[in-house]
Amino acid sequence: MNRSVDDLNSIHLDVLKEIGNIGAGNAATSLAIMIQKKVDMQVPVVKILDIQEVPMVLGGEENIVAGIYFGMTGEIKGNIMVLLDIVSARKLTNFMMGGTNDTQENEDHLQLNEMERSALQEIGNILSGSYISSLASLTNLRVELTTPSLCIDMAGAILSVPAIQFGSISDRVLMIENTLFDGHQEMKANFFLIPDENSFDVLLQSLGVSG
Amino acid sequence: MQDIIKVGMADLRVAKAPQILTTLGLGSCVGIALYDNANKIAGLAHIMLPDSTQIKNNSNKAKFADTAMEVLIQELEKSGANVNKLTSKIAGGAQMFSLDTQSDMMKIGARNVQATKALLNSYKIPLIAEDTGGNFGRTIEIYPDSGVLLVKAIGKGKTEL
Repeated sequence: MNRSVDDLNSIHLDVLKEIGNIGAGNAATSLAIMIQKKVDMQVPVVKILDIQEVPMVLGGEENIVAGIYFGMTGEIKGNIMVLLDIVSARKLTNFMMGGTNDTQENEDHLQLNEMERSALQEIGNILSGSYISSLASLTNLRVELTTPSLCIDMAGAILSVPAIQFGSISDRVLMIENTLFDGHQEMKANFFLIPDENSFDVLLQSLGVSG
Repeated sequence: MQDIIKVGMADLRVAKAPQILTTLGLGSCVGIALYDNANKIAGLAHIMLPDSTQIKNNSNKAKFADTAMEVLIQELEKSGANVNKLTSKIAGGAQMFSLDTQSDMMKIGARNVQATKALLNSYKIPLIAEDTGGNFGRTIEIYPDSGVLLVKAIGKGKTEL
């Protein structure tokens, strides 16, 4: 039997939230080392959303966001997407590069240079890597990530990718919302966990909460 | 203030001049605009997947190119359009991300475009213009009074089709 997001009950969500929680803790630590600043992360919020309402959560379809997209291989196959609003993306890259670029000043959001783009991909690596290693250790499954692909564009356009992938099995998507805080500023990073049709079953079974 | 009707993802609508139909942030999805010039009626569908027969969960007809096209033509007819005189313009079908491990899902944009064109062909609806492919998002507006399809992309400005 193939399962989808629609089959997730509150226990499943709690488990996924806990995985997110551990992953977020790891991510905050790695990120703090990298940007040499203390980073706090709130307990992640796991949301099941209708495809139609996802862009609204991110400030509307035309809002510019940065999407960092990974393939998952191993015993769970599928994709992971990390989504940052452009202001959070800029804050994080600035921290990471030790820059003092004023985020307000640079209106031309798409003009991230090569260094900034790779910094952003690295941030995506840290966030999703932490989540995946937490998922792998809790489920005892082998999961690996491919190198990421970065895209900065309209939220609607970027979200069409996970929406379509979920769309072949369900009208709803699973989103994990993380809030990072460096003492001054809040940054939001959203995760989309997109297991393949068959991997959903594998995932739920290995969590020991299946059926 | 013009009357702008928003078409969401996996959604379709019909409008008459002076109304405008818009769909925001098309990525790999395809926006299909059908237009009856004589009656100044247009329809717009925002489809996500090429083929409803490949998918079990296919109750939302506006989600798939094949079923959306069928419903859109019916809706246009109900609104008084001459379905034998329809023309079309399409946009979208981008590939937003490129990964090394390419699955069929990654090429979904191209498959959506291909399926849409095949359907237009089978319904004998001429395709007047298209802005498809690439790796960027598009917002589109269709104007039923002129049949103009306005395409907006970040950093690329506006194009009239």
